[in-house]
Formats: sequence, structure tokens, C-alpha cells
Amino acid sequence: MTRLRGARGIGALDALRFSLRALLAHRLRSSLSLLGMSIGVAAVVILTALGEGARRYVVREFAGIGTNLLLVLPGKTETAGALPGIGGVPHDLTLDDAAAVARLRGVRRVAPLASGTETVAHLQRRRQVAVMGATAEMALVRRLEIAHGRFLPPGEARRGSPVVVIGQGVARELFPGEDPLGKAIRVGGERMKVIGVLAHRGVQLGVDMDEVAIVPVATGMRLFDRSGLFRLLIEANNRRDLPALQPRVVALLAARHGEEDVTVVTQQAVLSSFDRILRALTLAVGAIAAISLGVAGLLIMNVMLVSVSERTSEVGLLKALGAEGGQVQLVFLLEAALLSALGALAGLALGWAGVALLLHLFPKLPATAPPWAQAASVITALGSGLLFGVLPARRASRLEPVAALARR
Amino acid sequence: MIRLAGVSRTFVVGDQPVHALVDVDEHIGAGEYVSLMGPSGSGKSTLLNIVGCLDRPSAGCYTLDGREVQHLPDAELTAVRRHTIGFVFQFFHLVPRLTAAGNVELPMVFAGVERAERAQRVAAALAAVGLTDRAHHRPEQLSGGQRQRVAIARAIIMRPRLVLADEPTGNLDSVSGQQVIDLLEELNHHGLTLIVVTHDPNIARRAQRVLVLADGRIVERVRGADLHPDLLTAR
Repeated sequence: MTRLRGARGIGALDALRFSLRALLAHRLRSSLSLLGMSIGVAAVVILTALGEGARRYVVREFAGIGTNLLLVLPGKTETAGALPGIGGVPHDLTLDDAAAVARLRGVRRVAPLASGTETVAHLQRRRQVAVMGATAEMALVRRLEIAHGRFLPPGEARRGSPVVVIGQGVARELFPGEDPLGKAIRVGGERMKVIGVLAHRGVQLGVDMDEVAIVPVATGMRLFDRSGLFRLLIEANNRRDLPALQPRVVALLAARHGEEDVTVVTQQAVLSSFDRILRALTLAVGAIAAISLGVAGLLIMNVMLVSVSERTSEVGLLKALGAEGGQVQLVFLLEAALLSALGALAGLALGWAGVALLLHLFPKLPATAPPWAQAASVITALGSGLLFGVLPARRASRLEPVAALARR
Repeated sequence: MIRLAGVSRTFVVGDQPVHALVDVDEHIGAGEYVSLMGPSGSGKSTLLNIVGCLDRPSAGCYTLDGREVQHLPDAELTAVRRHTIGFVFQFFHLVPRLTAAGNVELPMVFAGVERAERAQRVAAALAAVGLTDRAHHRPEQLSGGQRQRVAIARAIIMRPRLVLADEPTGNLDSVSGQQVIDLLEELNHHGLTLIVVTHDPNIARRAQRVLVLADGRIVERVRGADLHPDLLTAR
């Protein structure tokens, strides 16, 4: 039989059985502190699962729009020191810029984007939607699919034709039970012909793609009364080219504008900063939940202190019967360890049940507790249980047998 | 077996030193049966605790089997208690959540005796105190006399050579008390040294020798059979 170090004599199984019996003798007290511990662990599991779910959701969203993208934003937002606006108004990002960028080596396609909000109307039905001024490339870059009709035809960039592609939601709203193809709607102040309806996509990067209207970019700029683009989406031939391509895009636009007045970010950079933020958030939420584990540890200490003072004469007896101080300490410490271990296990089960419920209620949020959080919560539970169990156990082991026996 | 030379024990209660034992000299041979009598606070229990290695003398020398125990480290005192001494208490001190068998087994659990051997020895000890059929009852399901017999079985389970009983009949009716005393005396007949603290002169006089304590000193040493009738009424 295994012998435990520091407590010669008693077998591990016997010590465990002795401690377990002591816990079972006080079912209510034991189960309450067990409950405290398990709620702590479950809180860590569920909260980190939420955080991780949010992170994965965002990552998935980004993946939906392609991974080898560069975004060009007008204005030098990353300039250290100088505020935007100081040192001259940035030049507009133009369609000529887009065409020039498209000629760069390593660029597969460029999708210029103008953006605004307009009222769309058909007969008496009207609706406020996000309007995107785009080109045929947009469908490819953002992986948009068409349900009926077609997307903006190629080569429409500068022409500003009065055509529009609408989202599913817009189509349903303006044309209930009707086919919108070929019908005219009003977008802002202009009449336009519906040439296509987007396939259902849902919310992507905060924009509900069912609730948009897409018009040719020149039409969009006219509608919004803008001379510049909102941004350029550049798709590289492949992902490896992105780091090299980024400075070349910056250099090209700087040469065209006479100064460096654009910001070029990789979609990957945006993604990884989101990723970092959400990971930090998950960690923070997990840490807050871990505090409850510490509290649960205190609860265990309290239970153990009560147990020790209640069983003072038992400790004296054990010593009179020939139990060593180390053995007494061991059986009390084992009680604390059992409480926290069982609490941690129950907490994991509770946490998993909670995550399963979350998945059921919010199927779009891929909530999963990260393994590190689960491991950390169990380790913290055991650690705090043991840490807070040491004090009562030492107190028990130091009781003088005579003094302990004298109390009845 | 037991040799006390100038043993004193002083407690400090508040600021006042209390002399529980003062300069006790005594020798108790192996296999002897000795009663300790005396009024409450006379030092009987303190003496028993020191003899039982639950407490150490403040001064003087206590030799058990030729070893001076007052200077032994705690771990060795524990070993002495485990292997040499069995205790029987007035309030039984059974662990309430364990069965009779579990209580009897307890010293062997902490001594690391193998499970199979433990079961055998528990069965034998319970048979010896006539409680085989109560092995799986918890203390609350046993009468006072039965509890004390479980405690005696536990006291002898490690095969000690010295049994110390602190008022073993103090909480029992006379019939149960008699059974308990009979059991203890039977152990003595088998060669165990037996020391019994008691208030009851009728029990005390059964011992070979009676030590009467007062104010921490042994004031009288008599053969049990000669215990003066005055003592029977006076104390």
C-alpha cells in the first residue's frame, strides 16, 4: 500500500477514507462549500467561453471577407504626434488612385468603396439603408453572392449608371410578394433600376448585408456628394505578398498625392488587434471569475476551521492513540483538498452545462471554454482549497493532546 | 516499568502558577495493578497524563522501560503512545461517525497496519470484549457500557503493555461499570500493567496498590485490600 510522505504509517487510501467520512458526517456544511467552489469554477468556464465565443465570432466574420486584403483609408491616422488635419487636409482617394494601385504587381484586384446612408423607396414603402458605392470587383473581394439577376456590370466604375443591387431584407420590404428585378426604386433623390438581389448573408463586420443597396461607385459618390472614396479594398495575389505590397501601395499613393496621407492596414492586422482585445477581455473576465474561486477557498477555510474546533477532542484522541502531528495535518488537509477537488469537478460539469445552454440559446456565438481557462480554474480551485486548508490543518496538528481531550 | 523521580508539573493559569504535581516519587512494576485516588484537583489526571506521555513533567525525571521520556522528541513520544500505552477515558472518546469496528481499527490505521491484518485483529478484540454482534453499530447506537468496552478493545488493539484508565466507570451504571472493571482486570491478569484513576473506593480497593493524592502529592500508599474504611466514606 502507498505510504504518504511526511506521514509515515498511514496508507493513502486509509487517509482518504478517513477524510471522506469526516466530510460525509457534515453533509450540509460540506455541500455548501462544495457549491461555492463549483459556482466559482463554473463562472470561470462560462465567462471565458463567452469571451472566446466572441473572439471566434469576430475571427470567423473576418475570414468571410477573405484573408489576403489590404485596406486603404484616407488620412494618416497612424502618424505619431501630429493630429489629423494639421499639416493639410488629406487628399481624396480617387478612382484614378484605385486604377493606379490595380496596376501594381502582386495586386489581383482593387475594389473602391464609397459609403453612405440613404432612404430607398418604392411607391409608398421607404426604408433607411446603408448604401455602398462599388464596382464589379466588390462582389469578388467580399465574396458576395447573387440570388437573382446580376451584380454591377464590369466597367461601370466611372459611368454612374442608375442601377442598384439590393439586399434580401430590402427586397422583401419594398417588394413584398413581388419580383423586384427590373423595377425602379428611389435611392436618395435618384431613380434607379434594380438589376440584382443579393443572396442572404446576414451581419458581416457590423453591416447587415441583407439591408444594403449597392450602386456603381460613381453613382454613390454623386449621391453622397463626395469627391473622395471611403476606402480601397485591395486583394493581393496571395497572402505572402501582403507585407511587401503594403509599403509599395503607400509609396505609390504618396507619390500621387505628393505626401504620405493614407493609412494602409492589412485585414490581418485589424483581425489580430481584435483578436488581442478579445483575448485580453476573456482573460480579464476569467480573472474576475477567478476571484470567486479565492472566495470559495476562504469558504473552505471557514468550514475547516469550524471542523477543527468542533473536533478538538477528536484530534486529542487521535494523538493519544498514536497519530503523529503530520498525520493529523494530512487528514485535515485531505478534507480541504477533497472539498475543492469535488467542487472543481462539479464546477466543470456545471460550466459545461452552462456553455451547452449558451450554444443552444445563441447558436451563432461559438461559445467554448478555452482549455487553458478550464485548467487554470481547476488548478486555482485546488490551490486555494489547499492554501486555505493548510492553516486549519496546522492548527489541528499543533493541538496538545491533553488540552484537546480536556474539552468534551 | 514506570519510575517517577521528583516529578513536578506546574501550569500557569492567568499569572498564577498552579502546582498540579509536586515532587512525586513512585515506582510501578510491570504487571502491577494500581489505583489512583484523590479529590478533584489533587493531580490524579495530571499524573496519568504524564505517565501516558500525553504531557511532560515540568521538573523531575520520568523513566518508562528504562528510557527517560521527558526529553524525547514529539515523534518518539507518539511512537511510545502508539505501541506501549492504551488509554481508556471517562467520556469514551469514540469517533461518532465510525462504527465500533472502525473505532477499534483507528490506531492501526494510523500505525499503517495492513488491511487484512486489521480486520482480523478488530474481530478478535471485539470478541474479547463481547461485542462481535455490535461491530457495525455506531457509538450513538450503543449503550454506555458497550461504548466503554469498544474503547477498551481500541486501547488494547496495538497490544500495549500499559493500560491507563481515567475514571472508566465514571459515566456508567454499576452493572456496566462492573463489566468494564472485570474486563480491565482480565487484561491485568494477562500481564498488562494497569493504572486506574477513580473516585470510587470500591473500585480502588480491588487494585494491588492504591495511591492517594492530595494537592499534587502522594499522601498515602496502601495495599488495595487494606484501604481504610474511613477513605470509603471520606472521599
